[in-house]
Amino acid sequence: MELYSGGEILIRALKDAGIKNVWGYPGGAALHIYDALYRQEDVHHILVRHEQAAVHAADGYSRSTGEVGTALVTSGPGATNAITGIATAYMDSIPLVVISGQVPLTKIGQDAFQETDMVGVSRPIVKHSFLVTRAEDIAETIAKAYYIASTGRPGPVVVDIPKDVTDPSYKVPYSYPDQVKMRSYQPTDKGHRGQIKRAVKTLIQAKRPVIYAGGGVVLDNASEQLTALAQKLNFPVTNTLMGLGGYPGTDRQYLGMLGMHGTFEANTAMHHADVIFAIGARFDDRVTNDLDKFCPHATIIHVDVDPTSISKNIDAHIPIVGTCTSVLDEMNSLSEQMAIEPDAEAIAEWWVQLDQWRADKGIYTASRYEESSGNCIKPQDVIKMLYKITNGEAIITTDVGQHQMFAAQYYLFDKPRTWINSGGLGTMGFGLPAAMGCQLAFPDKAVACVTGEGSIQMNIQELSTCSQHNLPVKIINLNNAALGMVRQWQDMNYSSRYSESVYEDSLPDFVKLAEAYGHVGMKITHIDDLEEKMRECFAMKDRVVFMDIDVDRSEHVYPMQMPGGSMRDLWLNKTERT
Amino acid sequence: MKRIISILLENESGALSRVVGLFAQRGYNIDTLTVAPTDDDTLSRLTLTTQGDDHMAEQIVKQLHKLIDTIKVVDLTVGSYIERELMLVKIKATENDIRAELKSCVEIFRGHIVDVTPQTYTVQLAGDSEKLDAFIEAVRDMGIMEVVRSGVSGISRGDKFLRV
Repeated sequence: MELYSGGEILIRALKDAGIKNVWGYPGGAALHIYDALYRQEDVHHILVRHEQAAVHAADGYSRSTGEVGTALVTSGPGATNAITGIATAYMDSIPLVVISGQVPLTKIGQDAFQETDMVGVSRPIVKHSFLVTRAEDIAETIAKAYYIASTGRPGPVVVDIPKDVTDPSYKVPYSYPDQVKMRSYQPTDKGHRGQIKRAVKTLIQAKRPVIYAGGGVVLDNASEQLTALAQKLNFPVTNTLMGLGGYPGTDRQYLGMLGMHGTFEANTAMHHADVIFAIGARFDDRVTNDLDKFCPHATIIHVDVDPTSISKNIDAHIPIVGTCTSVLDEMNSLSEQMAIEPDAEAIAEWWVQLDQWRADKGIYTASRYEESSGNCIKPQDVIKMLYKITNGEAIITTDVGQHQMFAAQYYLFDKPRTWINSGGLGTMGFGLPAAMGCQLAFPDKAVACVTGEGSIQMNIQELSTCSQHNLPVKIINLNNAALGMVRQWQDMNYSSRYSESVYEDSLPDFVKLAEAYGHVGMKITHIDDLEEKMRECFAMKDRVVFMDIDVDRSEHVYPMQMPGGSMRDLWLNKTERT
Repeated sequence: MKRIISILLENESGALSRVVGLFAQRGYNIDTLTVAPTDDDTLSRLTLTTQGDDHMAEQIVKQLHKLIDTIKVVDLTVGSYIERELMLVKIKATENDIRAELKSCVEIFRGHIVDVTPQTYTVQLAGDSEKLDAFIEAVRDMGIMEVVRSGVSGISRGDKFLRV
């Protein structure tokens, strides 16, 4: 029987788990693993410049493909640098396996060089974690890790491997399990049939329904089923920030995003709804606003694969635990069998009302901000231009802040897995590495990272990774020379006292910076140059292009929910509110 | 209200810290916690007491169940159950009348004196938490030196049982 070291077993197990790409950064405790990686060609490794970026890149890869992302880091600082990436994935339920080197078993607990209790440090932000103590256990642990990460409500799994467990001189036989069975982990798949029946009946009898669809629809690849159900019933749909693309953004029945920066029509429709069908969404505080004032008339149907999400913030009248796909399939077939028909008259009336709200105050029926002119480029117009030039077909990643909300509002996503952002944790620095992950997965697609001059500087070192691994992402930097969202809050809540939210004259020359990394830099300061330059940018298919665009510094993101209000209580612009 | 939550857990390193961490992370309090392997030594049985309304208890049970190492979770307080706690109390007992009074108190509570010195009596007492509280109140004035309580262990009454 052939024998293998722990390092070799790990890499073979990754291959047998179907893993082609690993993002990582070597270091002392991981060196046996890196040596095993060097001596094979099945698993491709992408060297990043910071471990946080390794995890975000694996995350972007996962979000854009639906596969599990993989990152490999060393012990101590390598592991702690990965933490923000893991927390980001955890909040957005992204399946990842993060493998960390650890000091040898014999040194654990001795405050050894580069020792950190990774299982302990990561405990609150992982779906599960393992400390592997024997080379013989590596293959099975890896199989379990991928199984846990990708099933049920997905999430990150940490596998911590002490250095002596991967010792090249200790060799054991290799076998990868055909299937994983765990008595303590059996996620629910199919929803309760009786509950689903009740839900369908309630939906069909609704007079003012809203479908509120979240990231779970995207994660479970349930967009088609959702679209089929919504269109059969002629019901309006709103997506959460995480759910964008889960229902086609250009469809007539789409009301836009809901929540803090959601559209007037989506938020108002939610408030007045008599039935809310929540699927793969978790009634996040950035959606509901004040819980006591949330949707006072609605019967709530809540479908989620994670029972803890149901009735956590808002009590569900009809809870259904199951995957979005299986429940929607069942609903689609049940809705055809049932003898009752939707109340076409009531639904038509509801649409008259919804269309009225759109026409009155919607952001898609008219421009609700002052148009760009001359050197005053509106950030919204940059996103609209991006949409136009990429035909709405690019994969868009973002960082966090105003630019993220503008992108969410003005780029209309027709397909799932094309909108990649850190929704739950709100991680600045996510956009560029995530874009690298998407670009690796889709080398022929346009991948754009919409960012700001604040966020991009949090992981700007990855411009170097883009050079080394030929990842020609496009960076659309909405440069307002300030932490825009912070400043917006300071404008609204702190009498415009801009405490530490402006950079004064400390910003780098992004064009030169991009060029220093071997990329193309562009500076745009006039609206008339925008279209041509952006076309030029996306025509350079094999180059990283950094578009540094000066945008209006005073712009705010609207609509914006008013704190302590109901969903429909919104600021529509700086002076007008509902 | 008081909740007694029973958990069957994989007897693996780190499993207990996940349970305890969950309580800290979600802002729930642990009043008592007992843990030991069962007859099957791959399994640990935990009994945990906490305070919470129905909504909170439901969330706690669901969150506990979500932990990968957790096999079964039940809130014993929703049905009828038996709870027992073990207590050891060391009491200053230098005077004869105190020694006599303490002895009769221990008999009333059906406890045992398990260690005796010229200065002290050590009493062992088992029962539900209220009974142990009552004993402490009864002997408080005699001079308690040390109290050690095991925390609650619980089991449901009747035919129901928690097993893999």
